[in-house]
Amino acid sequence: MNSTTERAASTLDTFKAQTLSWEFKGGIIELALHRTPCNELGSVSLDEFEQFVSALDHFENSAHALIIYSELKAGFCAGADLRELYLRSSTMETAQAVRGVRDFLERIHRALNRIDASPLTTIAAVHGVTFGGGLELALACDLIIADKTARFAFPELRLGLIPGFGGIPRLKRDVGNAVIRDLLLTGRSFNASKAQQTGLVSQVVGEGEGLGAARATAAQLGKFDRRTAAAAKQFIKPIPYEELRREIDIFCELFSRPAVQAGLKKFVESKDAQPYLP
Amino acid sequence: MDFMATADTTLDEILNLAAAHFKVPREKLSPDDDFFQALGIDSLQTLDLLTKLENHFRVELPDYELQGVTDFRTLAGKIQARL
Repeated sequence: MNSTTERAASTLDTFKAQTLSWEFKGGIIELALHRTPCNELGSVSLDEFEQFVSALDHFENSAHALIIYSELKAGFCAGADLRELYLRSSTMETAQAVRGVRDFLERIHRALNRIDASPLTTIAAVHGVTFGGGLELALACDLIIADKTARFAFPELRLGLIPGFGGIPRLKRDVGNAVIRDLLLTGRSFNASKAQQTGLVSQVVGEGEGLGAARATAAQLGKFDRRTAAAAKQFIKPIPYEELRREIDIFCELFSRPAVQAGLKKFVESKDAQPYLP
Repeated sequence: MDFMATADTTLDEILNLAAAHFKVPREKLSPDDDFFQALGIDSLQTLDLLTKLENHFRVELPDYELQGVTDFRTLAGKIQARL
């Protein structure tokens, strides 16, 4: 590697943007989310997440693990930025709004599919609200470590939608259909203990201890041959590409219905700062 | 009589937990208070309280059961029903 390439490579090792930052050290990449109030995934988040995904090629030759976590007290991630979604879609004709939503979904699917398929072992260290797109981000990872404040939900039905970032096809890999029906059809949230009982979460730790536990797990992962680990992961963790594409189609069809705009409007205009109760 | 004593115990434990978790003086909380106002919390923090209560009482309380529940006494009844 010449000096120019070395400089370029080392500048990728740490990166700080508006909604996320990352640091590469000791074979482990730590991706920190920090968009207040709760890492809602909007257009800026997606732009920056795509930047991270582009950088993965550089890391995958020398890293063995990726940890994704949140620096915010409120939680890991509350899901899609519904305010941005409403404000943009409410000013457009339905067909144009649906095209915009499809474009967003296809981009985020590409990014999450890339994380899902990474030869690195990936760990989501979650706490607090891990809802909707936040749960979907965690599901793209190989392991979920939750602190005892974590709550998991797919609240999309409350808005007349289904999860659109790949949640249901990925959840089907990890838990039984009855659990998925419970989460999806009731829109309720599970605590970390329940999530561990269902097999969704691999470890539950004390409040604030998630990142520490993830680092210890990542250190353990570093003991094994990377190519073997990557081969094992590819063997045991299929990516349901066809179902993921169908999910986008179903989401876009549902999004075109007036009830969805009404649901988004109600959410945005709610006097409660964050209407998380079903 | 035993049931009522248990229900009162549950209510008392909830008030103590809520006061400690949200750093509100215990004596300022009453069973029939609106807990959103008494604790100064929103729905996000209510979920936090729910997690605390589920872990403490070792129960699972679907959060949709909290719809329309705004006072500690009714909340205690919901928890009690799961014990």
